[in-house]
Amino acid sequence: MAANASRRLTGLAPTGLLLLGAIYCLFPVSWVLIASTKSPAELFTTPTLAFGTGFLSNVTELFAYRDGVFWLWLVNTLVYAGGGALLSTAVSAISGYALAKYRFPGRTLIFNLLIGGILVPAVVLAIPQYLLFAKVGLADTYWAVLLPQILHPYSIYLARIYATAAVPDSLLEAGRLDGASELRLMTRVAMPLMTPGMVTIFLFQFVAIWNNFLLPFIMLGDDGKFPLTVGLFTLLQAGANQPALYNLILTGALLSIIPLIALFLTMQRYWRTDLSSGAVK
Amino acid sequence: MRTQRLGAVLAAALTLSTAACGASEPTPEAAPATAPAGPVKLTYWTWAPNMDKIVKVWNEAHPDIQVTVSKQAGGDDAAAKFLTATKAGNPPDLVQAEYQHLPSFIAADAVADLKAETEPVKGEFGEGVWGLVTLGTDAVYAIPQDSGPMMLFYRKDLFDKYGIEVPKTWQEYGEAARTVRKKDPKVYLGTFSSKDPGAFTGLAQQAGAQWWSISGESWKVNVADEPTRKVAAFWDGLVKEGAIDDMPYFTPEWNKALNDGKLLTWPSAVWAPGVLSSNAPKAEGKWAVAPLPQWNAGENYSGFWGGSSVAVASKSPHRAAATQFATWLNTDPAALDLLVKEAAIYPAAAKAQAALGTAPEYFASQPDFWQQAATVSAGARGFTFGPNVSVTYNAFKDGFDKALQNGTPFADAVQGMQDATVADMRKSGFQIAS
Repeated sequence: MAANASRRLTGLAPTGLLLLGAIYCLFPVSWVLIASTKSPAELFTTPTLAFGTGFLSNVTELFAYRDGVFWLWLVNTLVYAGGGALLSTAVSAISGYALAKYRFPGRTLIFNLLIGGILVPAVVLAIPQYLLFAKVGLADTYWAVLLPQILHPYSIYLARIYATAAVPDSLLEAGRLDGASELRLMTRVAMPLMTPGMVTIFLFQFVAIWNNFLLPFIMLGDDGKFPLTVGLFTLLQAGANQPALYNLILTGALLSIIPLIALFLTMQRYWRTDLSSGAVK
Repeated sequence: MRTQRLGAVLAAALTLSTAACGASEPTPEAAPATAPAGPVKLTYWTWAPNMDKIVKVWNEAHPDIQVTVSKQAGGDDAAAKFLTATKAGNPPDLVQAEYQHLPSFIAADAVADLKAETEPVKGEFGEGVWGLVTLGTDAVYAIPQDSGPMMLFYRKDLFDKYGIEVPKTWQEYGEAARTVRKKDPKVYLGTFSSKDPGAFTGLAQQAGAQWWSISGESWKVNVADEPTRKVAAFWDGLVKEGAIDDMPYFTPEWNKALNDGKLLTWPSAVWAPGVLSSNAPKAEGKWAVAPLPQWNAGENYSGFWGGSSVAVASKSPHRAAATQFATWLNTDPAALDLLVKEAAIYPAAAKAQAALGTAPEYFASQPDFWQQAATVSAGARGFTFGPNVSVTYNAFKDGFDKALQNGTPFADAVQGMQDATVADMRKSGFQIAS
């Protein structure tokens, strides 16, 4: 009896911990969800967890704000996050594969430099990057936000680890014996094996770029190129003598996480293969 | 002469701060002598609402000078972003500059001297607000756009309920605060915000503070002067005895208190109706406005909280066109009308202030709202801002946060602001007269 109870207890503890963690992560989201249903009049007058009646009017108002600039920001964000994540995944996968499977002079040096790069927060680099981009005339362009996020040391590191584990040397050797070129080996043998890892990198980068604020804030002056984060910030900091448009910001924040949720739900299965294949090895 | 001396001081600072980036020459670029082919294209960073609509009117009337509005986030970040863009060599042609940040733009050589171009419109503005864009020198660094003279906003209905008279002096304000606490312990007359240095600065200005001044080759910094310490000690006393609350402005908590009638006054600026109507919609029609309480009965002083100007970037290749637009925007009657209606600002131009008719909707019960504002505006006094106001303001937040938390005297926080400001200016290479 006692053993049974203690086992049940030890089983409960992790579940409880996870529950706590889930509440900790989901409570702010549910707050945004609830608050975005409140009209400006209800926002600060009704209880925090009571739903309001203004969701539809908030959404209409948000879409009408400055002739629908929200949609423009959403498209921009998709371009930055989608394009940036794709390019970044491609670069990371190729470099990770090369670092894992080829011996060449300077390999360790490059890898150590990359490890060092992981330790440098991207925030620190934003201003120097801005000054450099301004010098070559690329500041305030789409490239200014895309390019710096393509090379991501942590993703290359991940890709290398993944390639080491998922692409057996013997398979490559067999391909070489059959006369496949190195390019063909990479595209036809290595990359398919690395797909789950690449999905992970894509998701990581997509979310990171989607949520990135400082880089686009510094790089972009033209509000037509803003992503959602910077765009919504202009609603919040409407100037000392203008009220912040809280209801629009909350609704905008809610709408801007929907694509992320959709992405995670559709990509989830790849991630699952990723985790399980790691476990088998 | 004074301009050049100021220039020398600033140049000394600049060689330190921009040495790495190649110091830009302070020589003004002449407007292009020949008419450029095609329309001149200008970019304009601003955060005033609906500015794109106002600019559209200009663009239609001036096909040769096309302005593109880029709406930015306002506040301190906007100033930092403009300075960074200047350093990188691609600032916008025109920029909205809050009065307290303009000196830092001048120190970085980021804005052009518009003295010649603005001579004809100088008379459109009151002396107080004009001083904010000249810094008391011969140069003119921006054209004033809006201003924020401070007034006392109060809940008329609740004042009647608790039987309180509108305080004429700060002493009366203090007594009223105690009366309110006695009548209803859940209600406060007001609150002291440790997060809004702008409000405190305005109150210090009202008391006659002069935080910065330029004398000859050097700056004088006197943040902890006698009027400022008087203001700090006054609020210190009220907070410590519990007569007023200490929650910061613009927080959800504060909004709730305004809505629920738990806060009866807000010493704020003329733009308050916009904030109140959005943050306290339930109390519409219940607020009224009066001049700020005075330090000595019979006086009629106020200070400024907020307000901004339009500056032309020193690196803009189209200075003449940019100045022409900025002048139109802030002095042309049609443009001013649009600024008031679309951008909801309180214009800096005197004529436009006088032309304001209908009271804001939120203050429908007070038809003389704008007359009150104009009277207050006439008695509002500002001071020359220094080149590092953001440092001073951050020191305010740090210092007063600590003072509220630990119950230390507000006077220490004020001294902390003075010390931080001086230290930072010394570090940047400004000469400081003691």
